[in-house]
Amino acid sequence: MPRRPEGPPPPPVVARVRVRFAKRGRLRFLSHRDVARTFERALRRADVPMAYSAGFSPHPRISWLGAAPTGAASEAEYVELALADHRQPRALGEVLDAALPAGLDVVACAPATATPLAELVDASHWWIRLPGVAPTALAAAVEALLARDLVEVERVTKDGHRRFDARQAVVLMVCRAENDTCAILDTVVRHTTPAVRPDDMLTALCVVAGLRPSVPPEPLRLGQGRLLADGTVADPLMPDRDDAERLVGRIDA
Amino acid sequence: MSGQSLFPRLEPLLPRVRKPVRYLGGEGNSQVKPWDDALVRWCLMYPDAYEVGLPNQGVQILYEILNEQPDVLAERTYSVWSDLEELLREHGIPQFTVDAHRAVGDFDLLGVSFATELGYTNLLTALDLAGIPLYATDRDERHPIVIAGGHAAFNPEPITAFVDAVVLGDGEQAVLEITDVVRAFKTAARPGGRTELLMRLARRGLVYVPSFYDVDYRPDGRIRAVTPNRPGVPARPAKHTVSNLDAWPYPKAPLVPLAETVHERMSVEIFRGCTRGCRFCQAGMITRPVRERSIDTIGEMVAQGLAASGFTEVGLLSLSSADHTEIGEIAKGLADRYEGTHTSLSLPSTRVDAFNVTLANEFSRNGRRSGLTFAPEGGSERLRRVINKMVSEEDLIRTVSTAYAQGWRQVKLYFMCGLPTETDEDVLAIAGLAREVIRAGRRASGHRDIRCTVSIGGFVPKAHTPFQWAAQASHEVTDARLRLLRDAIRGDREVGRAIGFRYHDGRPGMIEGLLARGDRRVGAVIERVWRDGGRFDGWSEHFSFERWEKACVEVLEPLGVSLDWFTTRERDEREVLPWDHLDSGLDRDWLWSDWQEALRGAELDDCRWTPCYDCGVCPTMGTQTQIGPTGRILLPLVSTGPSRPGGSSGPSGSGSPGRSADAAAS
Repeated sequence: MPRRPEGPPPPPVVARVRVRFAKRGRLRFLSHRDVARTFERALRRADVPMAYSAGFSPHPRISWLGAAPTGAASEAEYVELALADHRQPRALGEVLDAALPAGLDVVACAPATATPLAELVDASHWWIRLPGVAPTALAAAVEALLARDLVEVERVTKDGHRRFDARQAVVLMVCRAENDTCAILDTVVRHTTPAVRPDDMLTALCVVAGLRPSVPPEPLRLGQGRLLADGTVADPLMPDRDDAERLVGRIDA
Repeated sequence: MSGQSLFPRLEPLLPRVRKPVRYLGGEGNSQVKPWDDALVRWCLMYPDAYEVGLPNQGVQILYEILNEQPDVLAERTYSVWSDLEELLREHGIPQFTVDAHRAVGDFDLLGVSFATELGYTNLLTALDLAGIPLYATDRDERHPIVIAGGHAAFNPEPITAFVDAVVLGDGEQAVLEITDVVRAFKTAARPGGRTELLMRLARRGLVYVPSFYDVDYRPDGRIRAVTPNRPGVPARPAKHTVSNLDAWPYPKAPLVPLAETVHERMSVEIFRGCTRGCRFCQAGMITRPVRERSIDTIGEMVAQGLAASGFTEVGLLSLSSADHTEIGEIAKGLADRYEGTHTSLSLPSTRVDAFNVTLANEFSRNGRRSGLTFAPEGGSERLRRVINKMVSEEDLIRTVSTAYAQGWRQVKLYFMCGLPTETDEDVLAIAGLAREVIRAGRRASGHRDIRCTVSIGGFVPKAHTPFQWAAQASHEVTDARLRLLRDAIRGDREVGRAIGFRYHDGRPGMIEGLLARGDRRVGAVIERVWRDGGRFDGWSEHFSFERWEKACVEVLEPLGVSLDWFTTRERDEREVLPWDHLDSGLDRDWLWSDWQEALRGAELDDCRWTPCYDCGVCPTMGTQTQIGPTGRILLPLVSTGPSRPGGSSGPSGSGSPGRSADAAAS
């Protein structure tokens, strides 16, 4: 007979907390799996009373939101933790931050609300530093991109090449200048399937205007959340704003 | 300026390479110490990819021991993958440490740990990238002292041109004594330069300095003699043996990588050495005698390591873990302590013994019982007597029946092919054994949903073992026997589908054999292969047998020797072996007589439970077997209340733990 786990089922979930954390500096090279592994070990070191799944190989109940790609820094990654015991979110955030390596930093920690986290997030705000790219060149490329309705890009996935449109997801795109030789692509992108990532946006700029940075770009996610009427995104850990403020259409820069 | 971080130059290259996380450092419990505060600076290397090298216990132990010294700094480096190697060359960035990204060439010492001979080409890549001349003779005061260690270093002759010194045996004390010599030498403003430093190290018996010994060859290619070429150095440099493992409870704070590695767990070594006497096993021969860690120290290391790391699995390491005299108490004590904490325990390297199933049950009390692994090594009883692996078919069937009856679904069996005196029939006997295992499992479990996996690799004779004189089977013979076995298993209608078969191509084993029993002439083969692009020879996607074969033809044949001469040739008793001048403690006459006993199929008992059979180690090294039982048990961990269970590193030295966890109870 196949064995079944003995003993009582795992303790129930009594609370859920949401954590906003940053992925900074050299730790931007962590993949999502690296982040998840490091997080799980930090939760154990910090003695956070996680709730576990049932079965023969129980796992701590952690729900991740779409992660910033390997190589991209972020000020706004989100995760929801299911707890088997009550903890003050603020205190939990502090012990977790102390247990995480420098560069994975807890920014905020709040009790979960009734609305699922995933429903509070539909867009990301990216700030992509482009060393070696003149702002004038980027500005021209952005203009060319926004002039189109559709820009197909190709990405190599493990299932082969995949072609999709990178234009429709772009809500807002602005060229900023750090100096004459370093442009910044400031953009808000709606979360679509597949997700349009920073490298897809750069591919799109290359398709429309031949923009090819000679130095690796430095993408940074500044925020993610619900897209608001003014083109900004609302932090999902902040109290819900009125739904009327949510953006229905699309605005172009 | 020396000791500066190369990270600003490295960082722009990282988006262009595979798995940049390999090069970041920042592991939990890693350390970055100020360069200028350190008097002696060590760079430790494991010459393989980061994910393989990071979990290595030897490097972690030395790293922690050295960094505990206030005026010593130790950092780590690993082999860079070929994509980054290319970029480093293009941008003129040297081999760097992962801790503070300092140039390896800036350190006083570069210690390289060789678990396998297949890391030799990677040593050359690292030296070359570091700007350290490949040949020890071309180095001067600006370059680090390059020291090899690890099991493969018990025959370092193939790499003697590339290293300055070799440490044999346990590194814990040796590394501190070497540090003392280097500290005194630097403090005295380096009198006599590099040669004097090496001389001081050699004179004190700390290291083997190959350049202080000359090798003479006979016209037929065999070695005539290896002799010191200067006074004051030992005729036979000897291995180091740590005699009280409880005094060296390292690693105390295991490194916690950010990247995924080959072992996603922490390890606690429960004893060192093995006297089971398996004749093929180099590790068992060179790490004698058996020295157990006490149950208290083991309990403390597990508790401290888990609190400091957050790992969810602990492996209790040794060469044959179930042989610890108190393994039952350890297993029960740890299983009790960690029940309900989502911490799993594992026992690698167990023998075929029903008791081990009981242990495994203890370790999987409420977890999945997926697979158990046993290593009969030889398919027939006769062959198992030759290799002194005393397991009868009856033992094996009884053991696996117990396992299947208690809910284990899969049994993995390890074997070797190409053992001395082996015939086709011996290898085909594996199929018969596997069939009996499945039949017994179906009877014991009462259902057909069970599996057995046969995993088999080619045998490579190693230095300092009774098989050091044996002819290695050619890869053609090994491959042919493995095909026969595969066909026999697949053709078995009754059980064939329940048996998995995993085997390895025999060719890498030939090169491992060349490097394992080679002499100084093989160094030029390694260099030729490396210049021809050889890297990561332990990785099947990188290994090229043709490249090695070609280099052997070009380099060895003009000297009247060959790949076959080094591998498939049996040696006679009088032949001077390339490692005879290195003292592992084993008496050469005993090794030879054990080899003769092997050929007669005579077994030898373990000296832990039967009288000493004079292998020579204890009297030569002044050591003795240290085993329990202590009669103590592990008590439950006492909760420390709401505060966090010590994320910081634990008590230093062998002091008592912060919690009253390990009190004696006898």
